[in-house]
Amino acid sequence: MQVLRGRAHKFGDDINTDYIISGKYKFKTLDMDELARHVMEDLDPDFYHKIRPGDFIVAGWNFGCGSSREQAPLVIKHARIGAVLAKSFARIFFRNAINTGLPVVECDTDQIEAGDELEVDLARGVVENLTKGVSIPIKPLPPVMLRILEDGGLIAHFQKHGGFKLEGV
Amino acid sequence: MGQTIAEKILSQAAGRQVQAGEIVVARVDQVMAQDGTAPLAIQVFRQMGGKNPFDPKRVNLVIDHSAPSPTESISNLHKMMREFAWEHGCHLYDVGDGVCHQVMVESGRVGPGCVVVGADSHTCTYGALGAFATGVGSTDLAAALISGRLWFKVPETIKVVCHGPLPPGVFAKDLILYLIGRFTADGATYKAVEYTGSAIKELSMEGRFTVANMAVEMGAKVGLMEVDEKTWEWLREHGGGEFTAFSSDPDAVYAKVVEFDLTSISPQVACPHRVDNVSPVEKVAGTKIDQAFIGTCTNGRLEDLRVAAQILAGRKIHPRVRLVVAPASRKVYLQAMREGILATLVEAGAAVVTPGCGPCVGTHNGVPADGEVVVSTANRNFKGRMGNAKAEIYLASPATVAASAIAGEITDPRPFLK
Ligand code: SF4
Repeated sequence: MQVLRGRAHKFGDDINTDYIISGKYKFKTLDMDELARHVMEDLDPDFYHKIRPGDFIVAGWNFGCGSSREQAPLVIKHARIGAVLAKSFARIFFRNAINTGLPVVECDTDQIEAGDELEVDLARGVVENLTKGVSIPIKPLPPVMLRILEDGGLIAHFQKHGGFKLEGV
Repeated sequence: MGQTIAEKILSQAAGRQVQAGEIVVARVDQVMAQDGTAPLAIQVFRQMGGKNPFDPKRVNLVIDHSAPSPTESISNLHKMMREFAWEHGCHLYDVGDGVCHQVMVESGRVGPGCVVVGADSHTCTYGALGAFATGVGSTDLAAALISGRLWFKVPETIKVVCHGPLPPGVFAKDLILYLIGRFTADGATYKAVEYTGSAIKELSMEGRFTVANMAVEMGAKVGLMEVDEKTWEWLREHGGGEFTAFSSDPDAVYAKVVEFDLTSISPQVACPHRVDNVSPVEKVAGTKIDQAFIGTCTNGRLEDLRVAAQILAGRKIHPRVRLVVAPASRKVYLQAMREGILATLVEAGAAVVTPGCGPCVGTHNGVPADGEVVVSTANRNFKGRMGNAKAEIYLASPATVAASAIAGEITDPRPFLK
């Protein structure tokens, strides 16, 4: 997997799926590029315009709690965010992110401030904070999730194998 | 080594003995998706190369989140769901049938020992029937639709022992809000919660659904309960089929065991904007409200409407308050009609809307204005949840919401129940 590089946008704990994409939009359309314009809108109305492709969302505990809406990771991906870094993730969001091919990185985000330049190396399992000159270890993903992420998400996994091919991974 | 309920159900579904921490590919018994998640699941199903669902009789599509449709774009998504269900012979619950989780527990197809995945986070509700039921995203759902299987990490279990009885005027909703306040929003992340103890056993099935429903509000994957005579009676009443019940072995291994004494708690209220920001009602009583809402998969069932009617009978809601009521399903609606509950509520000033989700999730039927305060029986009070980030949402039991609608401010319901 390639090394990702971008700037940090910081958020707090318990960022829920309603903040990521409000329910008032998500039911309207399957056009994720359109929905992406509203990413994090209730927390920062201007957020979409601040993103440069490849930037990271960096948050605290329990990122993505709330509903099962897969629109949440998809909207983040379509807003051209390279990865989400958090101290921990809510269960369904974490699954959905892997399934849709959005890298999710569990690490100590206290060592990252807004605007820091980061390099995320999933294969080596480390985040380099280039601004601060510190290396932050990543909690490794279970092999089953790595397999799905490597295949490019669950859709690609199914296209490739015609079903689940995870036994013995 | 002994096993928990979660380990036993997943062992059976995976066809081998499994333990917490393992990742397994397991058979699923039922899949469900609603109109906020099904269209994407259908799209992904096709992208994955899906032709037919693994077993259409195990597929449930529910139009509830925006029902009846408020806009043409949503109408087109509904049409996509209907056409899929009709083409393949899946179960379709259309406008007015009710909230997905209520129609599923009323269907008779979900029971003890089942593995159910739903593209909706409150799928954990069916844990009250002894089912391993959990919320997934649309892509997972599409994979399950095609293959009838899905991968799961076998969760560790937290056993939550609730000592009762609950005091008068304190309900299942107060119990679960109290627990969430203690556990916090991520206190059970990735875990199964097993609710037990006299306070749980004394609850009706309806009350148990309320408690299981909000397991996800502490991050849990499933919220399981032991099967007893009340469970079997519910299943008989709803035409349930054959099921195998599991209970945890005496030497099962738990991540932890937590005990709560609920014999002297007050009615509880979750304050904006977090479900775990919970206070006893005395602390927030007097907070002015603009809208009250009774409904949802948490508290839109018959006993919820009944207690609201008991409080509102012969009274009028406050002149500056709107009260919106959404029965959880068509069945609940009809029974409430037959019992005169709806007449009582409407006479008191309530607006009864179609069974479904609308106000809970801000799609229509009661979006609050800027700066307004809502007290609701729902399960979430995140900023923007009801469609306006400038409103504030308090969560409480149907009794507390009904009493508050009369007083025009958050109110302890107990004096109204005497
Ligand atoms: S009633 Fe609310 S919480 Fe329940 S399924 Fe509908 S939107 Fe979700």
